[in-house]
Amino acid sequence: MSNNAYITSACVIRNNTVTKNGEPVFTSDNTGLPEFLRSLYDRYSGQYPKFHKMDLLSKLGWAATEILLQDMPMDIYVPEDTGVVLANTSSSLDTDERYYETVSEIASPALFVYTLPNIVIGEISIRHRFKGENAFFIDDHFDIEFITGYVRQLLDTGAINACICGWVEQYHAGYEAALYLVEKNSRGMALPFTAEQAEKLYR
Amino acid sequence: MMEVFVAAGNIVSPLGTTARENFDRVRAGESGISRQPEGFFASVIPDEVLQPLVTASGLSGYTKFEQLLILSIQDALAQTTISLRDKRTAFIVSTTKGNIALLEQGLGADIKPMQLHHTALKTAEYFQAANRPVVISNACISGLLAILIGQRMIRSGQYDHAVVCGADVLTKFVLSGFQSFQAVSDEPCRPFDADRKGITLGEGAATVVLTKNKTLLWGTDAIRLGEGASSNDANHISGPSRTGAELASAITRAMQQSGVQPPDIGFVSAHGTATLYNDEMEAKAFHLSGLQHVPVNSLKGYYGHTLGAAGLIEAIIGMYSMQEEVVIPTAGFASSGISHPLMVSSQLEPRPMAHYIKTTSGFGGCNAAMVFSKVKL
Repeated sequence: MSNNAYITSACVIRNNTVTKNGEPVFTSDNTGLPEFLRSLYDRYSGQYPKFHKMDLLSKLGWAATEILLQDMPMDIYVPEDTGVVLANTSSSLDTDERYYETVSEIASPALFVYTLPNIVIGEISIRHRFKGENAFFIDDHFDIEFITGYVRQLLDTGAINACICGWVEQYHAGYEAALYLVEKNSRGMALPFTAEQAEKLYR
Repeated sequence: MMEVFVAAGNIVSPLGTTARENFDRVRAGESGISRQPEGFFASVIPDEVLQPLVTASGLSGYTKFEQLLILSIQDALAQTTISLRDKRTAFIVSTTKGNIALLEQGLGADIKPMQLHHTALKTAEYFQAANRPVVISNACISGLLAILIGQRMIRSGQYDHAVVCGADVLTKFVLSGFQSFQAVSDEPCRPFDADRKGITLGEGAATVVLTKNKTLLWGTDAIRLGEGASSNDANHISGPSRTGAELASAITRAMQQSGVQPPDIGFVSAHGTATLYNDEMEAKAFHLSGLQHVPVNSLKGYYGHTLGAAGLIEAIIGMYSMQEEVVIPTAGFASSGISHPLMVSSQLEPRPMAHYIKTTSGFGGCNAAMVFSKVKL
């Protein structure tokens, strides 16, 4: 734990509210998840037509990353320097159900590709050209200690120099995202990268 | 870097229920792939093989996915004194779809049993595991990535050992999906061949028991994990990289960190799914990594694509190959069908070696590579 690493940005999305670096920045009342995600796209991005093809899990992780990286240019790194390490509870089960409903008629390849949880890692990586370490963990809760420990090890061993990490959960109407940008370089919030700090930003 | 060794292993597949039996049958050229009653080809564990084991171990209350996992872990643990009840033993489960078969059986209304952590926890409880399972679900690189994660968890200092297991079962869910992509071969798959027509699916489970404690190893040659790495293509979610540069970067990093050069490598155990694009991408990646003169094989012609178990099954067969100093031929391969020629192994070849490389690639653009080495005890 001797090497420095920082949480330079954080984005939490739950209950139709976006919190960036601990401050609420966007709320949308009385909308369903698809409409809410669309409103995030309109507000924070636009001009990325691939967004509309994604399943809800990927849209959620993708939108959270857009917000996370606002004003945090990542082109200071070579693509191999940035990893993406995520976790959730329900894997891709929401899309699994929707895909399986198509199987009795004509199985949908467009849905089938989203029946893996790590596809959201792929979508984030394509958008931002991240080519570093990948891992998608499944757990019954957001085990902040484990995820921060694993990412800390990747940074300390030089496998990566920056990481998008955290939690992207979605099943039916339920969802929650908590993403962190973690870097060896100090910028942005520059909070020490510890489980305690990540926990504070999550609560 | 702290050294991590393989203390025990198991494979449960149509080719046997121990790693030894699996290796001997692969070495003898047997394939688990056969034509199924519905007409497609797949590598399926026959009921008459599985059921007696399920009954003997009292596992009838578990799903097939859990049965395969438990049988695999049980046999691996029987070869060592390392126990899951030890707080110093990590437990890692790799799978892509777990109990998704429940959806097909109309049992999907209760989501809990289909949640991957829930089914892993049931397995952990069977072995009275001291630690909660770590579940990795990262498409087709899951099995190899799980070994890499096990090594990292031991190196973190929190654990001395890790039981790393993986399984996936053949389901209509997955078959229909690959069929919808027209990616399923109408004959047993033919990796790297000019006439390859896509994948053959398979099912199975595999386990490796990792330890940092050399005194728990036996025999004369031990398997030591080399270094590994994962990467992302950042190109397409269902199609591989156009250049192979990202798989090559994982391979290059794994070799550099392990302190080995291409001439040190006995063979490359490729992902080799036998889709047009995957095998082509791998050929480019192996060239970029300087491995064009090293024998390459794919084991998909023996096991089909076992998804979350594939990296584990193939790594274990690779370990036996390295210990017995033979390169296993690529079942189904006859004439080269890739733009960058490789030394695709087509017959059993004796070859002295101390290292081999396992690679995997999957949906979401993910890749992983790891070096495995042989050391004298």
